[in-house]
Amino acid sequence: MLEVKDLVVNYGAVEALKGISFTIEKGEIVTLIGANGAGKTTTMHTISGLVRAKSGSITYNGEDLLKIRPSKLIEKGIAHVPEGRHVFPEMTVDENLDMGAYSCKDKKAVEAIRDDVFEKFPRLRERRRQLAGTLSGGEQQMLAVGRALMGQPSIILMDEPSMGLSPILVEEVFSIIEEIHKAGITVMLNEQNARMALAIADRAYVLETGKITISGKASDLMQDERIRKAYLGQ
Amino acid sequence: MSIFLQALINGLNQGAIYALIALGYTMVYGILRMINFAHGDFIMVGAYTIFYTAPIMVSYGMPAWMAVLIAVVVCAIVGVLVERIAYKPVRGSGSISALITALAMSLFLENLAMVLFGPNPKTVLKIFKLPMITILGAKIQMKYLLTLGIGIAIMILMNVFVHATRIGKAMRAVPQDKEAATIVGIDVDRIITLTFAIGCALAAVAALMYVSTYPRCTTDMGSMMGIKAFIAAVLGGIGIIPGAMLGGIIVGLIEIFVKIYLAPGWYEAITYGILIVVLLIKPSGILGKNTGVKV
Ligand SMILES: Nc1ncnc2c1ncn2[C@@H]1O[C@H](COP(=O)(O)OP(=O)(O)OP(=O)(O)O)[C@@H](O)[C@H]1O
Ligand SMILES: [Mg+2]
Repeated sequence: MLEVKDLVVNYGAVEALKGISFTIEKGEIVTLIGANGAGKTTTMHTISGLVRAKSGSITYNGEDLLKIRPSKLIEKGIAHVPEGRHVFPEMTVDENLDMGAYSCKDKKAVEAIRDDVFEKFPRLRERRRQLAGTLSGGEQQMLAVGRALMGQPSIILMDEPSMGLSPILVEEVFSIIEEIHKAGITVMLNEQNARMALAIADRAYVLETGKITISGKASDLMQDERIRKAYLGQ
Repeated sequence: MSIFLQALINGLNQGAIYALIALGYTMVYGILRMINFAHGDFIMVGAYTIFYTAPIMVSYGMPAWMAVLIAVVVCAIVGVLVERIAYKPVRGSGSISALITALAMSLFLENLAMVLFGPNPKTVLKIFKLPMITILGAKIQMKYLLTLGIGIAIMILMNVFVHATRIGKAMRAVPQDKEAATIVGIDVDRIITLTFAIGCALAAVAALMYVSTYPRCTTDMGSMMGIKAFIAAVLGGIGIIPGAMLGGIIVGLIEIFVKIYLAPGWYEAITYGILIVVLLIKPSGILGKNTGVKV
């Protein structure tokens, strides 16, 4: 479904990605784990077109993503839940969800999807008219996920959705990811919380300073000596 | 009492003109964090367009004010050209570059006007042929009430537009978070261009209101109006649409009331004084949110 090949990304003189390759198949949960500064966000931003690639390719269902305007990706079925939520702080919950469905001009369809999203996140329904900037961190994360779902994606890119959340909320976020996955949406998940990520993922890639060092089935990686030491603290 | 009422209507009329110009400043600032110093000059572009096209309208049996429709189109097109040709290439190379480009654009437009239209002021024909009416002993020009009405109607429309329509909401979303806006499928460049077009179109409407009150065009009329409208935008809270409206009305009222009740020469000093006091108390303007430094 999504294929990244020999991707190199530079920020000025800093080489953030040094030629990484990976694939995500339809229906999978694939996680990219790595420490701070490994290049997880850069990878996701390059897929979303927010950062330019220096070389390499990204293809999605056979189409060259590097040639597509970033604002067109959602129409192709690629949604992004960015690191740090990035909700529109001065807009209400409802308006944030409206923006998630920006490319859909059919008002009736938008309302139907909104109902689905509220079904998943009843707390958002209670806060429909509240400004997103005044929501708690956990609620903002729910809103960021809800907003992405409003675009009816086939694949959702989630960048550290558990960041800054209490353990209970982390559990909740991961169960939501599983729910989304069960609904037929492919998931790419950036995480530092390797334990949780490997528990729900099908496959995993380990990113270290711009290079993929280990990859494989999540269940295998969980037993991997190197991973147990570096990422699971055992 | 009758003088007061007259001053109030005049002040509100003046304020509505400033408010429409301030809206353009504020919308562009909101989206690009850039003070478009050339914005005032769109009043001039609009006013000259009306000067040249109003007689044509009349000769075809149409009312003179219909010239504003042409002015709206001309201003929007010139605004989009300025944005695409001058501002977009320097976007991302720092606020000083943007500021200098905007100042240069202002000089360019004024000098171009000088070349095209000549240095002599032009007298615009009468836009509205409306009588005076007497309310509570005050003689009030109907055209003031009319332009005031137009101003208020446009402000209400703008508010409805940015809150109730898909594109309008996108115009609010882009300044809040460009990255998130792109992710959800908003073409940020297109929204920026649209913002310029709308801001400049509003300046054309302000030009109509201005020339119906003071029927004169000069090539530098835009800079003076622009500065006052800029003050209005900052006073109300720059980047905030209702702030521009409120600021415009306040600046207009101060101008007229000081002229009538104190001395004509004092209103600028008093306007600046009030601006300074407001900014000392609330650096982000009357309706602004107090988040760090601004302006
Ligand atoms: N806009 C930028 N300009 C310059 N360097 C950047 C920029 N964004 C990221 N980098 C650098 O690129 C490298 C990879 O950063 P990236 O944000 O992709 O890491 P990450 O794996 O997402 O880390 P984290 O877990 O902390 O979010 C880092 O060295 C970072 O300093
Ligand atoms: Mg990151």
